[in-house]
Amino acid sequence: MPDLGTEAHPLRVAIVGAGPSGFYAAEHLLNHKGMVVEVDLFDKLPTPYGLVRYGVAPDHQKIKSVTVAYDKTAGNPRFRFFGNVEIGKDLSVEDLSAFYHLVLFTTGAQTDRRLGIPGEDLEGSYAATEFVAWYNGHPDYTQHTFDLQQTAAAVVGVGNVAVDVTRILLRTPEELAKTDIADYALEALRESKVTEVHLLGRRGPAQAAFTNPEIRELGELPAADVVVRPEEAALDELSKAELDRTHDRTDLRKVEIIQEFAARPLTGKPRRLHLRFLVSPVEILGKDGHVAGMRLVHNVLQATPAGTLSAKPTDRFEELDVGLVFRSVGYRGVALPGVPFREDWGVFLNEKGRLLDPATKEPLPGLYAAGWIKRGPTGVIGTNKPDAGETVQQMMADAAEGKTFTPKEPTAAAAETLVRERQPQVVTYQDWKRLDALEVQRGRAAGRPRIKFVRVEEMLAAAGR
Amino acid sequence: MRTGSGARSSCWPKNGQDCMMLAAAAQEERLMNIEHVLARKGATVITIRPDQSIREALGALALHNIGALVVVDEATRPVGILSERDIVREAVTDERVFDRGVSALMTQDVIVATPADDLKAVAHTMTEKRIRHLPVVEGGRLVGIVSIGDVVKAQRDAYEGEVATLEMRIPPERP
Repeated sequence: MPDLGTEAHPLRVAIVGAGPSGFYAAEHLLNHKGMVVEVDLFDKLPTPYGLVRYGVAPDHQKIKSVTVAYDKTAGNPRFRFFGNVEIGKDLSVEDLSAFYHLVLFTTGAQTDRRLGIPGEDLEGSYAATEFVAWYNGHPDYTQHTFDLQQTAAAVVGVGNVAVDVTRILLRTPEELAKTDIADYALEALRESKVTEVHLLGRRGPAQAAFTNPEIRELGELPAADVVVRPEEAALDELSKAELDRTHDRTDLRKVEIIQEFAARPLTGKPRRLHLRFLVSPVEILGKDGHVAGMRLVHNVLQATPAGTLSAKPTDRFEELDVGLVFRSVGYRGVALPGVPFREDWGVFLNEKGRLLDPATKEPLPGLYAAGWIKRGPTGVIGTNKPDAGETVQQMMADAAEGKTFTPKEPTAAAAETLVRERQPQVVTYQDWKRLDALEVQRGRAAGRPRIKFVRVEEMLAAAGR
Repeated sequence: MRTGSGARSSCWPKNGQDCMMLAAAAQEERLMNIEHVLARKGATVITIRPDQSIREALGALALHNIGALVVVDEATRPVGILSERDIVREAVTDERVFDRGVSALMTQDVIVATPADDLKAVAHTMTEKRIRHLPVVEGGRLVGIVSIGDVVKAQRDAYEGEVATLEMRIPPERP
């Protein structure tokens, strides 16, 4: 179509997944100077914002204010939100190709990587992301239960999810009651007997993935002392040499903070965070089908040819007395029927966001990816903005050359008819804002940022569907 | 507990500056590694065999608009790397360089990375050792190549992302 991207024939784009990447992609598309673009943003949940709502920890409310930017995008008259519509279930990718010129996937990394050690499936061993989704009130996780009657927990991994889970386990009910944590989670955590949390990093202090503000926050928990073994806080020769070479101020500061923790005496707070380095779980020990401990191997660092200091197991082992395990060693995207997937890295097979035919390695017209499903789970929320920008650049270049689907009915009205036919209880942005206002209003009375609706039916009712 | 951490704010550090840093930083996922750089580069690595000619190598460099070729054996194991600079250096003294074999000019002692290598460490190694292309190998198999351009772009995107996150923190909180 020669006049594609004009007022008369706007370029119609479906985005699948209303997390940060979906909103940034929509923003880039709607602001494009060359073409008139219309965006329909789908999410399988009635609520937008993805991990900003269901991932970011409830005690980090300020981070959630990034949604102000997403609301601005949603205010564009060429933008529509179709919540409670699942692609792959209510609509197929083929359906979308009959109503849209381009389809962009921003579905994120929805599952956990496994540790691959014996005992991983014992009762009391959980994926950290399940716990996160649960305490954040994700409708698919409200029925999960976590055995918080144990006194000691191990959290494997030192990424931000591991740190979040650790903090939530160690905060008091009074602290949590000021957040938007799901009510049932607040009640369950109120009864929690967990007093010892072991946060396990396989490498040393200089290589830990957490950031300095994050780790500093762990040292300021009102009800938990932080414990670091001096021998694990000390730098090995390789790390020392690397820091001497790079003079990386952030890393130097991080090591300083950790060594300061190691020098601290216990102050008698009721809970303890054991921040561990250079250890890897090799087995989760069980008794009667439940976690009863964890066997750790002590690691040393060795340099790879490319210069990374990586963990190498020694023959020194240790048993950790824990009844609860949260696994947090990375995430993977989930495959979608008809979309090429890279099994080894858990991403859609793509080049700069263009999905590729696995056989020919040539671009598949009309199909794109952005965010974690494109590059893997890394970066801060804002990293998804340049990332989505790169994909949108490819999309607009392809559209200019006519490399799009050839939809039979590329109109907003036809798409909406189809959506409502397949999912009568579709949630629009206006519906969401109604739901949002109700949540905030419920929270205000209790001195909380909001009280979340956590079941799809109550969300739909609140949204006026 | 500290004051100032009421319902509207659960950011514990003392001043606003720290709060903003916290806001940006607390979303940090696993550090970026080479796997994340390769994930968005497609699955094609342009390779050449050691017994092919420099003429063929130049053809491949020009066709794909790249600066280096990974030299692989029959089992696609990397045995060397051939960069445009290797060819330029030789062409200065040898006019018949085009007919020579790739194996004569390639660098055999190749430093390789794995998908699990840290982006930061790789960036440092490439700058220090003045390497512009790093083959990436997993289980002995060539799975990709990372150029210094890829590394710079990945780092730039990471910084841009942090700035974008900070900028988004500036709008006032909702009432």
